[in-house]
Order: sequence, then C-alpha cells, then structure tokens
Amino acid sequence: MSGYLSGTLAILCINLIFAYGIFITAVAGQINLGGAGFQAIGAYATAWLASQSGAPMWVIIPAATLISALVGFLISLPVLRTRGVYMVLATFAFGEVVAGFLLRSEIFGGAIGMVVPQHAELWVLIASAVMTTLAAFYLMATRLGLAMRSLNDDEDAATVLGVNARAVQVAAFTIGGAFAGLSGALYALNFGFVEAQYFNALLSIYVLLFVLIGGAQTAWGPLAGSLFFTILPELFRVGGSWRYFVFGVLIVLMMMVRPEGIVTRDLVRRLSPFAWWRRAGVAHGR
Amino acid sequence: MDADMDAEPALVLRGVTKRFGGLAVCDDIGFAVPTGARMALIGPNGAGKTTLFNLISGVYAIDSGSISLQGQPIHDLPPRRRVRAGLSRSFQNIRLMPHLSVIENIMLGQHTLASDIGSLLSPLAWQRNSPWRKQAEDSMHRAGIDVDPDAAVSGLPYGLRKKIEVVRALMSRPRVLILDEPAAGLNPRETAELSNFLRSVAWDGLTLLVVEHDMSFVHDLCDRTVVLNFGRLIYDGPTPGVQENQEVREAYLGSRRVTKKEAGRVA
Repeated sequence: MSGYLSGTLAILCINLIFAYGIFITAVAGQINLGGAGFQAIGAYATAWLASQSGAPMWVIIPAATLISALVGFLISLPVLRTRGVYMVLATFAFGEVVAGFLLRSEIFGGAIGMVVPQHAELWVLIASAVMTTLAAFYLMATRLGLAMRSLNDDEDAATVLGVNARAVQVAAFTIGGAFAGLSGALYALNFGFVEAQYFNALLSIYVLLFVLIGGAQTAWGPLAGSLFFTILPELFRVGGSWRYFVFGVLIVLMMMVRPEGIVTRDLVRRLSPFAWWRRAGVAHGR
Repeated sequence: MDADMDAEPALVLRGVTKRFGGLAVCDDIGFAVPTGARMALIGPNGAGKTTLFNLISGVYAIDSGSISLQGQPIHDLPPRRRVRAGLSRSFQNIRLMPHLSVIENIMLGQHTLASDIGSLLSPLAWQRNSPWRKQAEDSMHRAGIDVDPDAAVSGLPYGLRKKIEVVRALMSRPRVLILDEPAAGLNPRETAELSNFLRSVAWDGLTLLVVEHDMSFVHDLCDRTVVLNFGRLIYDGPTPGVQENQEVREAYLGSRRVTKKEAGRVA
C-alpha cells in the first residue's frame, strides 16, 4: 500500500472514531462543539503515559480512553444544566479551556507540544475503527439507544414515559467522551507528535459537520460523513486552492438537499435487504 | 357508588392549586377517582383541564395540595417516578417520537419495566423475537393497529397515530391511565373503535381519567364525570346527571345577565 493511501486511511480511521464520539451525544439530542477538547485529552494522556511510563500500547490506549470518558462524565454534569444554544456554547468553552490549559502547562510541553515515543501500525487503527463502528451500531440497537433517540425527538414526552433523561444524557456524554478520547490516542500514536494548537475550534466544527452532514439518525451517518469529509478533499486536490471553495459550496448544497444528513433512517429502511421481503409479507396479510 | 367507597380510590386530589403569575389556573381542586372507574374530566376551553393533567403527571409542580396514587403521595415525584408508581398518560397533541418506528414508539412505553442495566444494554432492535417486541406487537394487533411495525410513524393517518399513543401509554402496565382528548380529531367510526378499545383494555383495576369534549364519547365510556370551570371544580358525580346541572350549563352556555328590571319582576 502506498504511503499516501495508508496515510489517508489512518486519518479516515481517526476521523471515524472521533465522529462516533460526537454522534453518540447528538443521538441523545446534544450538540457537542467541544470535540477537539476530548480528542486532545485522549491524545495528551497517550503522549504523557507513553513518555512517562513506557507502558505498552494495549495499556495506554484503554487508559487514555478511560480518562477521556471520565472527563466526559464529569463535564456532562454542569454542561447538561444548559440547553440549546447555551449547551453548544458550554461545550465549545470546554474545548477552548482544554486547549488553553495544554498550551500553558509545562508538563505537557506547552506550545512546543509532546513527542510520542510509540507508534501504532495501521492495523491497530483499522481494528479500533471497526470495533468502534460495531459498538455504535450495537448501542443504537439497544433500549438505551432507543431512549437516547427518544430524547432527541421529544425530551418532555420521553420523561413522562419514564425515561431518566439526565442519566441517559450523562451516559451519552461519557461514551462519546470515550470514543473521542480513543480517536485522540490513535492520533497521537499515529503521528508521533501532539500540539495543543491542532485541537482547535475548527476541528470541533469539522467533526460536528461529519456527523450532521453524514446524518445523526443512524450509525451509518458518521461513516458516510467521515468518508465524505476525508475522501472528497483528497479528490479535489487537483483543483488547487479552488478546492476549499468547491468543498464549501458542496457542504451548503448537502445541507439544502439533505438537511437530515446523507443517510437517514428512512433511506436505511428503503435500502434494507429485508425491506422488500417485509413489505411483501405485510401485503399478504402476514 | 357505595362499592366505590369501600376500596381505596386509585387517584385522589386534595386542594390542588396552581398559579401562573397571579392567575389561579387550578384552584383548590379536590376529587377522587375510584379504582376501576372510567371518569371524564370536562369543562370549557381554558378551564384548566390540561394544566391539571400536567400537574398529575408531573410536568408542572403543584403550588399547594396533594395528589396520591393508590394511597401513595406522588406530587413530589419527578414524572418518571410517577410512571413507576403506576401512572401513564397521553397528550392532547400527539407526542409520538417522529423518528422512531411504530414498534419503537410502543416499545419505548415499556421503558420503566426494562430499565435495569441488562435490559438497557441488550440489542432490542436485533432481537426480532424478544418478549418485549412480541408484547408490543400483540398490543398493536389487539388495538387494531394493522400496519408494518417497522413503518415510520410520521406518515400514518391521524387516527392511527392517536391509537398508537394510547397503546404506548398502556405498555408501562399503569394502574391509572390519564388521556388528554383521545377522541379529538377522530371520525365517528374511529371514536367508537377507541371507546370499545378502551373498554376492552380497562382490565380489572385499571382506572381511566379522560379529558374529552365529545360528550357522546364521554357518555359512552365514562360512568362518572368531574367538571372544571375557571380552574374550579363545579361538578363531581355520575355522567348522566351532568348536562342537567345548572352550574355546568351556565359554565358552557354562559349565565343570563339579569337586569335590575328583571330582578325586580322576579322579586
């Protein structure tokens, strides 16, 4: 495999896992605009553990994921007191606080960043991306996933049906934090270097776009969104600096044509290999 | 009536008051719904019926008074705990989850029965033969909801969605079911069907409290009626007597303004 292709594939894997981290909270009706903060925590936890402890990768990756999950849990408690655009701003502020803290802390290298003395092979990234994708699909199939989706649709009605909205949203934030942190760990281990400036607001916006353009209704959405945002800019490289313009126009068009994302639940239902068979069954009166 | 007095009432309201600003939307309301009764709650627009439902289900907190369900005070519990205590409700405007399928909406109603960690984390959508799904499909069929369980709920006719909401409310196996205008927007055939369905699901012990404007539906389904007007209770008694009650007639039709001249004539 060429270096270019494997490099693109690595970025796709990292973006995909990152997107699932934001997707999980979006499913439960929360817009997380602090994604970069969670990814930074996973990346810096990995860099720090790798340089300080020299522990093997299979210890460091889960540890960094857990740390990010814990931060997700803790940060969800104050953030979930806010609603709508205020929650978006609160998560945005969280991302900025994390980046600002890392930029000024001596033990994390400040503005210079940190070198990561370990390297993850591509298969580690691919395996992690596959497992994360399966976990997201599994979660969406559970009753917890059903409760999360109901909160996105109508939180008050869901509460009156007995759903503990706060507990479900805290769980979503924690799982989302874990996924975003895992993507950060893999980022650090793939690129061998982390710097706070990379984990900026634009990154948070991009990963949110992966989810919103891809579609937040089914676990297919982040997959479509990550592919869209990772592959298309590469294809547009031939266009030189016009590619940003073309890409921007394309995003606006996507939002106009498919406001609920590339992949919607309805599309999945229609494309399902069982759909035809099931419709036929209904037509024959079961 | 006398038999009702022996058993503990399913739902008891005492002095329930709710103010929005200076306006008492519910003012010192007290009544009891006997266990197994099918009671109607009626009143002109703005009488406070929906507010009272929101107080019972916990969407709003009461300012004073008490609400108890089978003898247990519930007015301090959050809505989800009231569901666990045995209360379930439907909404005046259909509140089905638009992005969930028919069966998912109905299975959401099972949430309080399946909220242990094992049930929450088992892949419900992949287990097409799970007892949860079977139970939900059975209830669908018993209610005459004859559509693809996996169909999107948003494309379905109004009457059907209304029925799905009632079935969803029944899935938590409530002791008391409160329905906010279940027949509104239904045609006469659908209304009759709903009435029959509610009668059939009102198994031993299920208590119904129904807000409704359709008086023929009320007469058909409910043995007792309470009437609200301007946030106050003005009638609590058997349904057949309600339309003969002078205060109720005035509430709906307005009281005749009595002029001095007329007053003198009467005197």
